[in-house]
Order: sequence, then structure tokens, then C-alpha cells
Amino acid sequence: MIVASPKPMEEIIDTVKDCKKLLILGCNECVTVCEAGGKKEVGVLASALRMYFAKQGRQIQIDERTLERQCDHEYLEEIRDIADTYDAILSLACGVGVQFTAEKYLATVVLPGVNTCFLGATEERGLWTERCQACGACVLAKTGGICPVSRCAKRVLNGPCGGSTNGKCEISKEVDCAWQLIVDRLTALGKMDEYEQIAPLKDWSTDRAGGPRKVVKEDVQS
Amino acid sequence: MRLEYPANIKVIRAPCTGKIDVIHLLRAIEKGADGAYVVGCMEGECLYNNGNFRAKKRVLQAQKVLDSVGMGGQRVQMYNLSSAEGPKFAAFAREMTEKIRELGPNPMKLAKKGEAA
Repeated sequence: MIVASPKPMEEIIDTVKDCKKLLILGCNECVTVCEAGGKKEVGVLASALRMYFAKQGRQIQIDERTLERQCDHEYLEEIRDIADTYDAILSLACGVGVQFTAEKYLATVVLPGVNTCFLGATEERGLWTERCQACGACVLAKTGGICPVSRCAKRVLNGPCGGSTNGKCEISKEVDCAWQLIVDRLTALGKMDEYEQIAPLKDWSTDRAGGPRKVVKEDVQS
Repeated sequence: MRLEYPANIKVIRAPCTGKIDVIHLLRAIEKGADGAYVVGCMEGECLYNNGNFRAKKRVLQAQKVLDSVGMGGQRVQMYNLSSAEGPKFAAFAREMTEKIRELGPNPMKLAKKGEAA
């Protein structure tokens, strides 16, 4: 899923300070799971902002709404009738949701309420870690299911590098060396023969190097 | 036991303090309560193992949110006691009342008065 973290309160206050009517728009998908922009977080932020502006003597109407997804037309259409009645929409969705909302409602300012961080997994409640960089050409079949692109600081495809010590990366003793994990896993699977095969140069044109990407699936298009 | 505690305190029952969320504490302050405190079981003695520890973290989070908007995080607090400690319950009620009197009235009340005027 896409992992995000809430923006600092001062930053949010600064972006919405000139509004008279604000909609805080949550998303029921990834940002709900990573507890950054779901219905609960919308409620907490709305309550906090109401208190802040009331204390400042400012009267601002702050409404709350949480959509099933902000990255799909059908759910974003649910606010069609109300979107342009607000000075701004503060979206707590990932960057995709913020942009899709902004593209759909051109007359309303759409602001981000979270920082979108990475594609990751919930290791435990309150701890999310990166697993994928969406490079567009998955190498997991060759690396024991552990991604060197997202989990190796250097994105080394034939590792480990000289910075690997006791299974940890040279950038931090807290960070596992992805290639150590790969070697351990391939050993456990009895597939170290695959490790000996040199990975060819990776085609990075499917990554961001090729500019904004798109996926087309013609058989499901209408 | 017939113990007395300040009459300004309104008790709201919850099945377990683990049920109390950040938004419940914030709404209490937003609606004009001068303070809100959670009274949970003794640490380590929760019937559901960690309900009171969850509450403790949520109270801390509510304090952070309130501080971030200048409302005074100390308006929300957490206390722990066993259900057999009536005198302690009354003592906590007095302590909380004194703490809140020191902080002064909730700014939301003043803001609401301003709106009405």
C-alpha cells in the first residue's frame, strides 16, 4: 500500500489560514491503514483546526468527509455537488488522491494534509516499512522475493557491496543489508545457483527515468 | 464510604479505557469542557491486558494535538487506580480540578461567548 504520514500541524494551519469554509477529505484506503488520512484522522484534524481558529477568534466552517477512494472517478464524484462550495479541500489522501481531486474540481483549491512516503507494508501497528519503488520491471523472481531496488540503499543488482557488515548496511546499523537477506533466503531455498548468475544491466526506462508512466489494459477498457 | 469529590466533574462510563480514543478527548475540549481525564485500572491489571496502556498513549497523543493548536495539552490527563480505591478516585478528582483551575477556563468557551455576542 501507499504509506503516508501527517503533515505537521503548523504547516497545515499555514496552508488553510485564509479559508472561510474548508472540507477535510479523507480516504478509506491506504492512508486509513497507515493511520494518516482515514475517517479517524479527519475527525482529529478537524477538531484540532476548529479549536485553533476559534481560539484565534476566527469563524471557519470546517466539514468532514471520507471517500472510499480518492483515486477513482466514481468515488470522487460523490462530492460533485459540494466541492465548489468550499474555499479549499484539504485532502488527507496520498499524492495521487490530492492530484486526482484537484484535476476533477478545477475551481477549488486542493491542499495536501499528509506527506506521501513510500510503498510499504505494516510490520506491526504503528510501524510501516518500504518494500517497493515501483520500478516497473520486477526482479523479485531472481532475488528470493527480497527487493534490492527498494531495500538496498545503492539499488545494487549484484550485491552485496563492500558496505555490508554483519548483515547490516553501511548507512545505518539499524538497516538490514538487502543482499545479505537475499543470500540468506536463497540459501534457505537451496537456490544459491541463481545468486551466482550475474544480473544484466537493468532497463530503467520503466522507472521514473522514462518520465511519467502509464499502464494500459485494452481488454478491460470500454 | 460517602466520599465527596468536586461537583463540577461529570463521570462518563466506558467499558474499558482502551475504548477511549483521541477524538473523544478532543471533542470534550472542543465542546467546552475545561479538562478531561481518563481513569483506568492499574497498569498491568487490565482485564483486556493492555486497554489502559492504549488509553495512556491516546491521552499523550491528545495532549500533543492540543498543544499543537495552543489549547494546552495538560487539559487532558490519565490516572490509574483499582476499583476498590474510592478515596483515591476522590483525590484524583480534586487534583484534576485544581490543575484545571490553574490552567484557567477553556478558550473555546470564550470563543463561543464571542460568537454569541
